[in-house]
Amino acid sequence: MTTEEKIKSFILENFLFTDDESAIGNEESLLDRGVIDSTGVMEVILFLEEEFGVQVQDDEIIPENLDSISNIKRFVESKVGA
Amino acid sequence: MQAYTRKLMNRPQWLLREGMLASASRYPDKIALVIEGQPYRYGELQDAAMRLAGRLREEGVRPGDRVAIYMDNTWPCIVSIYAVLLAGGVFFVVNPQTKMEKLRYVLEDSGARALLTDWHLAGNFIPAVEGLDALRFLVVSGEPRESVETGNRLVLAFATVLAESDPLSEPVNVVPTDLAALIYTSGSTGDPKGVMQTHQSMVFAAWSLIEYLRLSASDRILLVLPLAFDYGLYQLLMAMKLGATLIVERSFTFPARIYERMRQEEVTVFPAVPTIFSMLVSGHRKQALTFPSVRRVTNTAAALPEALLADLKEIFPNALIYKMYGLTECKRVSYLEPELIDEKPDSVGKAIPGTEVFLLKENGELAGPGEEGILHVRGPHVMLGYWRKPELSEKMLKPGRLPGERVLCTHDLFRMDEEGFLYFVSRTDDIIKTRGEKVSPVEVENTIMQMEAVKEVAVIGVADETLGSALHAFVVPESETGSLDKRVRKHCAERLENFMVPQKVHVVTQLPRSANGKIDKKRIIEEEWWHDEI
Repeated sequence: MTTEEKIKSFILENFLFTDDESAIGNEESLLDRGVIDSTGVMEVILFLEEEFGVQVQDDEIIPENLDSISNIKRFVESKVGA
Repeated sequence: MQAYTRKLMNRPQWLLREGMLASASRYPDKIALVIEGQPYRYGELQDAAMRLAGRLREEGVRPGDRVAIYMDNTWPCIVSIYAVLLAGGVFFVVNPQTKMEKLRYVLEDSGARALLTDWHLAGNFIPAVEGLDALRFLVVSGEPRESVETGNRLVLAFATVLAESDPLSEPVNVVPTDLAALIYTSGSTGDPKGVMQTHQSMVFAAWSLIEYLRLSASDRILLVLPLAFDYGLYQLLMAMKLGATLIVERSFTFPARIYERMRQEEVTVFPAVPTIFSMLVSGHRKQALTFPSVRRVTNTAAALPEALLADLKEIFPNALIYKMYGLTECKRVSYLEPELIDEKPDSVGKAIPGTEVFLLKENGELAGPGEEGILHVRGPHVMLGYWRKPELSEKMLKPGRLPGERVLCTHDLFRMDEEGFLYFVSRTDDIIKTRGEKVSPVEVENTIMQMEAVKEVAVIGVADETLGSALHAFVVPESETGSLDKRVRKHCAERLENFMVPQKVHVVTQLPRSANGKIDKKRIIEEEWWHDEI
């Protein structure tokens, strides 16, 4: 699985409780769609830290990094690449 | 100053909208709101609200009509609240996390004449409004940019309405004893109930809070709580009445963004709930945080854990910390003077200014110092009742000492010490507090019971450091159990707000019962029933 697929299947399974890939688009705002909230974002971060071995700093918890599947993918890739 | 504002200045009792109108005439160019970084002046707010109000009136909104506002914490949401008030209507804000079925329920229950909402919620509101005859039109922000007619219902574009509508010539006349808002809240019976609040009670409550929080026009108040929650709504009402500035964010989902905004905007008032304080403190323990501009920190919705206090004093070195207690049915009951926070660590203080509380024992007598009793509340902040639910209203509002007087019975058990300080003992209903929100286990159970695969269910609160209580559902399957836990969570996530979706679903063979045959929730906890999972 690619990074993006892993992230998407985590979101689908844990927040939308489905494996239907059309349930959310990669560019859709997770906040707008009501998919994540303040405790949900912490679950996403735990997942990223465990799955990709990255460390997420508090000041990185911003929508540009975490508000859509594509944003999360870009964020993870920048962390892994660094 | 507008003639209609000049007239109200000498009046002893204001309507809820008049705090904003007075501030707009006193400080038309002052920044009233900073919404996700975008500033709006008092003059702009008044102008936008008068235009939308003009259109609401034109489309048939009349005094006393209910208007639903289903939006995030945004500029259109705040304009809508004041527009409904200016048109003489009764507003209610629906949490944008609300799903289709519950949205439909509150629209139907309230008999709302109009729905003001945002296009990104279309997936929920389009099916929800189908066949609701009382609902005459929608105003939608975001897309579509042009007003359209669908079915035989008008859908107006928010931006077009603001650009093209004529403002009201003056606010539509209502009186202080008219309804200003309904505030929907979960009840132990399952269905949400609309708490009826009059202009008089809301203006009074806002004044009382401003008084004890010692707020002024120079304050910069942070709003991260939803406007559908009375605690969030009153931050707006207080700020607008004071002529202060409200710093509005959609939620606390991205804390780093909020911290940055708090520093930029030099926030002076930080209202939050224990889950937010707990996230703040865990961040602080990793990397020190400090907000020296903050002068007031307020907590309500659930008790502030003692373990967080020392860290909060470091994070907010210049702030007074307020512990408070309340329920939507009277907005707020009590607060502890912040200077006493170390001296009375377990107390939620005394009645808010202008109100009175007393404890009644089971036999109806007043409880003495140290004795337990049910907390009762007197004052102008007490609700008029629940919208169209007279039996439930009777359960909460009891006859007072004076003819016609109604006293609020909170059904919460308290103790009072010799000096009159209040101590919470327990709830007498089975409402669960999670993330500062009230959850009715019956409502979650009813939702889960809609599933054919489920034979029985019990929802309980399990102590949790961050959430206060975590929701656990114990499910007995009808027959096959294949991934039932996941299906239960999905079913809930599609129908309930996020905070009502059980964190954990235990699939078990049976549930313990008491002598009268009811499911015994106490035993589920005491006997650690989760070990019985299939």
